[in-house]
Formats: sequence, C-alpha cells, structure tokens
Amino acid sequence: MTVTPERSVPKPVFTDAEAGARDFPDSELRHFNYFVPKKRKQSHYEDVTVEVQPDPRHYLSQGWLYGFADGKGGYPLEWTALKAWGSDRPEPERFPGSGGQGYEWPAHGWHEFRDPNEEWEQSIYRNNSNVVRQLNQNVEAARQSKAFEQWNRNWVQFVAQHVGAWMHVDHGLGLYLFANANRRGPTNMHNTAISVNSMHRIRSAQDLALYNLTLSEEIEGFDGTAHHETWNNDPSWQGVRETAEQLTGIWDWAEAVFAANVVFEPLVGEMFRSNLVQQAAPGNGDFVTPTLIGAEEYDYAERDLRYTRVLFEPLVSDKEFADHNTKIMQSWLATWVPRCLSAVRMLQPLWSQPDAKPPRFEDGLDRAKGRFGGILSDLGLQAPKELNQ
Amino acid sequence: MSRQSVAKAHQKIQELAWEPAYHEPVSQYGTDYTFQKAKKRDPLKQVLRSYFPMEEEKDHRVYGAADGAIRGNMFRQVQERWMEWQKLFLSIIPLPEISAARAMPLLFRTVPNPELHNGQAIQMIDEVRHSTIQQNLKRLYMNNYIDPAGFNSSLRNFQNDYAGTIGRQFAEGFITGDAITAASIYLTIVAETAFTNTLFVAMPGEAAANGDYLLPTVFHSVQSDESRHISNGYATLLMALSDESNHQLLERDLRYAWWNNHCVVDAAIGTFIEYGTKDRRKDRESYAEMWRRWIYDDYYRSYLMPLEKYGLVIPHDLVEESWNRIWNKGYVHEVAQFFATGWIANYWRIDPMTDEDFEWFEYKYPGWYDKYGAWWENYNRLSKPNGHKPIAFEDVDYVYPHRCWTCMVPCLIREDMVMDKVDDQWRTYCSEGCHWTDAVAFRPTYQGRQTPNMGRLTGSREWETLYHNWSFADIIKDMGYVRDDGKTLVAQPHLDLDPKKMWTLDHLRDCPPFPSPNVTLNEMTDEEREAFRADYVRQGPGGRPAPAA
Repeated sequence: MTVTPERSVPKPVFTDAEAGARDFPDSELRHFNYFVPKKRKQSHYEDVTVEVQPDPRHYLSQGWLYGFADGKGGYPLEWTALKAWGSDRPEPERFPGSGGQGYEWPAHGWHEFRDPNEEWEQSIYRNNSNVVRQLNQNVEAARQSKAFEQWNRNWVQFVAQHVGAWMHVDHGLGLYLFANANRRGPTNMHNTAISVNSMHRIRSAQDLALYNLTLSEEIEGFDGTAHHETWNNDPSWQGVRETAEQLTGIWDWAEAVFAANVVFEPLVGEMFRSNLVQQAAPGNGDFVTPTLIGAEEYDYAERDLRYTRVLFEPLVSDKEFADHNTKIMQSWLATWVPRCLSAVRMLQPLWSQPDAKPPRFEDGLDRAKGRFGGILSDLGLQAPKELNQ
Repeated sequence: MSRQSVAKAHQKIQELAWEPAYHEPVSQYGTDYTFQKAKKRDPLKQVLRSYFPMEEEKDHRVYGAADGAIRGNMFRQVQERWMEWQKLFLSIIPLPEISAARAMPLLFRTVPNPELHNGQAIQMIDEVRHSTIQQNLKRLYMNNYIDPAGFNSSLRNFQNDYAGTIGRQFAEGFITGDAITAASIYLTIVAETAFTNTLFVAMPGEAAANGDYLLPTVFHSVQSDESRHISNGYATLLMALSDESNHQLLERDLRYAWWNNHCVVDAAIGTFIEYGTKDRRKDRESYAEMWRRWIYDDYYRSYLMPLEKYGLVIPHDLVEESWNRIWNKGYVHEVAQFFATGWIANYWRIDPMTDEDFEWFEYKYPGWYDKYGAWWENYNRLSKPNGHKPIAFEDVDYVYPHRCWTCMVPCLIREDMVMDKVDDQWRTYCSEGCHWTDAVAFRPTYQGRQTPNMGRLTGSREWETLYHNWSFADIIKDMGYVRDDGKTLVAQPHLDLDPKKMWTLDHLRDCPPFPSPNVTLNEMTDEEREAFRADYVRQGPGGRPAPAA
C-alpha cells in the first residue's frame, strides 16, 4: 500500500483577534490620531497620504538623517520663494535632554493643503484606465467605420504636423517639469498631486503618439514622422517650444507648477486644444481627434487646474504671508504672461491652414484671456498689464 | 490602436523625446559619476495604454481580497504576535516607497539618456501606488484588528521613535546626496534588487502562515512592480560601468549600500520573521535559510557576480561578513532581544517566547538557547507588572548597548564595536563597515578624489541623546505612546489585553533616569573611554556583561 506522506502546512488557529472582541484602553480608537482632517471626518485620501512625508517641525524629532553635500535633507521649504504661515519659524532645536517635541501639528500652513481630487492609488488607476479604454474604443470604432477616409487632405497634414507636435509639449512638461517637481514640494499631498499631474501629461503624450501610429497605418500618405520636422523647424512652433523649454528650466517648484498650470495652459494649451483643434476638426470631417484632445482637456480643466487653484489660493490669502506671496505670484505673471502670449501668437498661422476654418484666432485668444482672467480672479490675483499686449 | 503590438507601440513612444534647442531643463542634483550620452533602450518597455489597465486589474484583485478577508473574518485567525510587528513595519514602509517616487527626478539630468526617463516616470507612479496601497492596508488593520493602538498613531510614532529612525534610512538614502549613489545604486541596485526579496516575498509568506493573507496579497502585487524597476537600475549600472572613471565610485557605493541595507533590513525583517511568527514547523525556512536563498544565491551569485566581468568590484568580503553576522554572530537574535529589552519605547506589543519557540530556535540555530534562552525566560517572568520594573531596569545579565552612529542599530555584536572620534565627537559603530561609511565614504573626498556631490550623515543620530537623563514615564508621555485612558502604555511585553495586566505610566515611576550612552561616552576621560571600549568588546553574546578579567 502506498503511504502518502503528510504535507507540512501551517495550521490555522482560532485567535479571536478581531475588532471588538475585548474592551481595553484604545480598543475603540480606530482612526489615525496624528493629524487634523480638513473636514469633520478624516477622508480615505487623507488617511493614505497625510504625514507619510515627515517634517522635523512637528514629529520628526531626530531630524533628517541624510543630506545633500550642503547638509540639507528632506524637503526644504526654501525650494520655493512662496511661504505658508509658520515657514519662517526655525526648526525646533534638539540637543541632549531636549526631548522630542516640535511645534504643534501642523506646524506650518503647507500641511493644510489637500488635493481636491483626492488622488491616491485607486483614483489614479481608475481614472487613467477609463481614459485609455475609452480612447482605444473611439479610435477602433473610427478605424472600423473607415472614418478617417472622410478627412480632407489638408486636415490629414494638419493632424500629422500640428496635433503631432503637441505630443512633445506634453512629454517635456510631464517629465521635466511635473515629474521633476514631485521631489520638491513640502508635503506628501503636494508631491502626490504633482506626480499625478505628471502622469496625465505623459499619458496624453503617449495617446497622441500612438494615435499618430494608427493614422500612419490607416491613412495612405499620412506622414507619421512629420511631427518631428514641425516641432524642430516650423517657425510657428518655435515660440511654444522655447516657452516649454523655459518652463522646464524653472528652479522653484511652485513657480514651475504655477507657470505651467495657471499661465501656459489657459493661454497656450487650451488655446491650441479647445480653440483650434476642437473647433476645426468637425468641419474637416474628424470626430476622432477631439476625443483624444478632449481627454487631455478634461484632465487639465477638471483635475490639474482644480488642485492648482486649491494649492495657490490659500497662499494668496495666507494669514502671515499673503502680501509676500501675492507679490511673488504677480511677478511670475509679469514674466510668464508675455512669454506665453508671444508663443501663442506665433501659432496664429495654424488657424488658416485647415480647409474648414475654426473661429478667428483673435476671438479664440479673447476667450482664452477671459478664461485666464477668471482663474486669476479665483486665486485673488490681478491680471498683469502684459495681458493687454 | 488596440491592435498594435506593445513592442511597436513602445518603439513609437521613443519619438516623444527631444533635445532642447533653446533652454536646458533645470539641473538640481549633482553626481560625481560621468555618463556618456549614447542611445539606449528603455528597459521598462511599458506603455501607459496597457500599464494603467494592468495596474487597475491588479488593484481589483487586491481590494477583492481585502473585502473577502473582512467578510470571512480573517482577523479571527490572525496571530497577534505577528500583527503587532506589523505596527512597526507598516509605519516604516510607506515612506521608502514614496521616497523612491521622489528619487526618480534625481536621475533625469544626471543620466542623460531620455530613453530611460519613460521607465523612471512609470516607476515614480508605481511607487505612489505602493505607498498608498500600504497605508490603506494599515488602515484596514487598524479598523479590523483587535488592538488598534500603534496603528492609529503610526506615522507620529514612526517619526519620533528610534526604531522608525532606523527604518527611515531605507528612504532618505534614496533621495539625497550624489544622485547616482542614492537613486540608482542604493535604491535600485541594492535595495530593490536584493532586499525587496526578503521584504516583499519572504515576509508575506510568513504572514500567510500566521493567518494574514492580506499582507501577501498587497505585497506580492507590489513586488510584481518592483521586479520591473530592477531593469531600470540595471540599465543605469551598465552605462556607469562603461566609463572606467566610475569604477572607483561604484565600488564605494556598492560597499555602502550593501552594508547599510544588510544592517537595516536584516535587523527588521529578520526579527519579524523569526520572532513574529507562531509557525514553528521544523521544515519551514528560517530567516537565515531564506537569506541564503533569496539574497546570497539569487542576488549575489546570480545577479551581482556576473557583473564582475564588466569591471564591477563586488564587495565579496561584506557579503560574506553579512552571512557571518546572520549565521554565526546571531545578528537577528541580538536585534530581537534589543527590541524586547526596549519594549517600553515601542509602539507595539512583543509576545514572550515559549518552550515551542525555544525548541525551534535551537533546532534552526544550534546553540541558541545557551546564548539567549535565559534572557527570554526572564522576559517572560517580567512581562506582567508585579512590583518589578521593566526588564531594561532589572538585573538580567544585559548591558544596554551603545548605538551605531551610521546605521543606528545598536552595536549588538559587541566584539565588532568600533569607537572613533569623527567630526570632533566620540562615536561608536556596530562594525568596520559602518565606521568606514561615516569616516571615509560620506566625505567630500574619497581616496584622494574630489567627491563634492557625496551626501552627508545628518540629524540627531542617537535617539537617547534627546532624552538624556529623563525618566521613562516622561519619555513615553513626550513621545505620545499612551492609550486613551491617559496612563496605559501602547507597548506591552505580552499580548494579554486585560487592562489589569497592562503596564501603565505608574509602573515606570520608580525607574532610574535614562542617560544617553553617547553623551556619557563624550564626558569620559580618555582613560575611562579606553576602559569602556576594552570592556564593551568583551561583552556578549546576548548582551551579557564582560566576564571578570
């Protein structure tokens, strides 16, 4: 008779270690007790993000353990010129017998920021998966119904060159502005919101690149490499390119996010996407491109701009540094508005290229300026005189 | 689009990168390494179109399992001994994860190959996933496990406790200093490629054996991302190796990263696996056996050694010494004993060892009982308050150790302790490796070569200094490790939740003041200090006082 040896496996044991099995001190204290929630009740988002990035000003009693060559570690507040209340207080001194107490939480105003989109793992993947799935289906449906055959020749070229060129803006800002800035914000909530913004831009860049690949396969004569030539050499695009490169060169993380999301996107990004591509495409027989562009537009208008407003508005009305911050943001506006206006004006020849024309450039620019003025008004900032140029 | 192959799609997205024509991106991090600009392939080969749905599907599985665990009353079967150590582990690990996300931009300008940046950006968002999914697991434990204390105060405790500080190196080391040392060698080449094997594969196996199948669900999902990150590190390493002037720095950084990871990760995970389990089957692998398989064979022999032919100088001596510390010098046992000695300063409860545990330890580590058995018998005897002090203040043949200035784990293998005056301060180190890291590696010159970008060891590195000569009742109050009745300690040296058997601040009132070992060391005369050193290196094992001369 064959004897089957007994397998060695762990034995389940009834331990009754579930919540509520006994009463004892703390047995009912089932919430994170180290931060004050924004609203009455702690949100799921707050639970998974707040305090993950420590701060020597409150609980981090031994301070940062590793520094750069200049001795600075962690997330120095001076990595932006903006200040939230409490920023100027020195870090609590720790010495033999000092104890570990810091300032009472939150210690300074930066910790009060909460991403209104409440981005964390689940929201990131749900939202972006929905977008890529929908885009895949839109493009596939268009391919099956031969929708690209309705495009006129000029529009084919327009999409290859100009819609294609925009992928480079998304890619460059996604990586070298937003992903770069995710190392530099003062709290985990800032850096997580910025990293999600980064992925929106990188995803949009890839959406456009892969769309370009599909069009190369589906439309005879579609030049899938034309976007390079346009981005590198078309004079209309050199203003946008120069401005995008300047944006990636900003040292101050808050200025970078501000310049990109408060100034560049309404004046250049939305102007190109909403006031040119979205308006011109239907008249030229194209119902597909607007779905890609629209996905990016929604990410910006409904998510990225939303957290940006909530990030900057409290700094404009900060109880300690409102004037300081307002002056700095106004100076950023004075720098970036002329650059962005100059860039978008250089794009003007694009408005005349499609056979079916979009609304006039100047009308679109007026709308973009109006939208931009509304954003500034929400933030409590003044439109700079340069806007009238 | 959906019909395109991933390879074709990936090839297409390589067209996204462009060379700046007008302005360079900001350069905020430095490195002493040099890289030649050359066309490279993105090793991650990930396209977001497929990446996002893949991760969403992985999430569905994780959250489905979480629902199942609650509906199936998993917490009726989890071992409290195991869950208590998760209060420490899950307070630490979300920071290393998010720090890895924050580390990726350190490589953008220092590794001038745009093809690699796509993979680094995807790693960035992967790490955001890991950090928040782990925070969510901790939240679930807090809501459903019998004792929420320590979970509910997790991130405050992590920031102000010595144990959290030890773990914090595994995060801060990724984001500061020389960009390549931090974000490539320390993070991806050593931490992710070697030590996530024990963190995310070996440890979840032990969790499952203790009735917790949520930790494996979450951490295996995380590990399936980590395995992709390894290729990011490998690509950068090969580029660094192609320039001979980098070899000296690579040798330095591998030595530092290996030794620090060993000191920190093996201390923590070794303790969780050996002292946090109730699974004492003789044929289940010990931590030493797991280490031999996952780290020595799979990493050192299969990954690291083949790189020797490209000119990489492998720290063979440190790998062997790590094994020697684990197998012959009782590193994990010494650490677990220290954690249990200092239970009052913890934010979790530590279960005493039983006869069944003793038998298993003796079987797996012959000679264990002679070294540690009597101490654990004392721990058990002193675990419930009964007119005595906590074990740290009772005579149980244990000398409170000095802390290692570099890795901040105490100098527990007493004969290896190194004492030196560095930066005008007398410091103790657990080993030659840690002494070298502080005195030689983290300096602006290395072997005569200028290394202006190398990082610095900073901070109040000895926790005890902050509480020099404080009473322990005041220390506990200062740190906030008291339950909601205002007197019962979060930490306990046993698992009994009967309030009458739990330690309170009142039980600590008679403890003597607690002097900082390092402050005391610096107050000694040279003769006293040398006598201290000579005595210290004769102490142990198991923290025993030096035998009479």
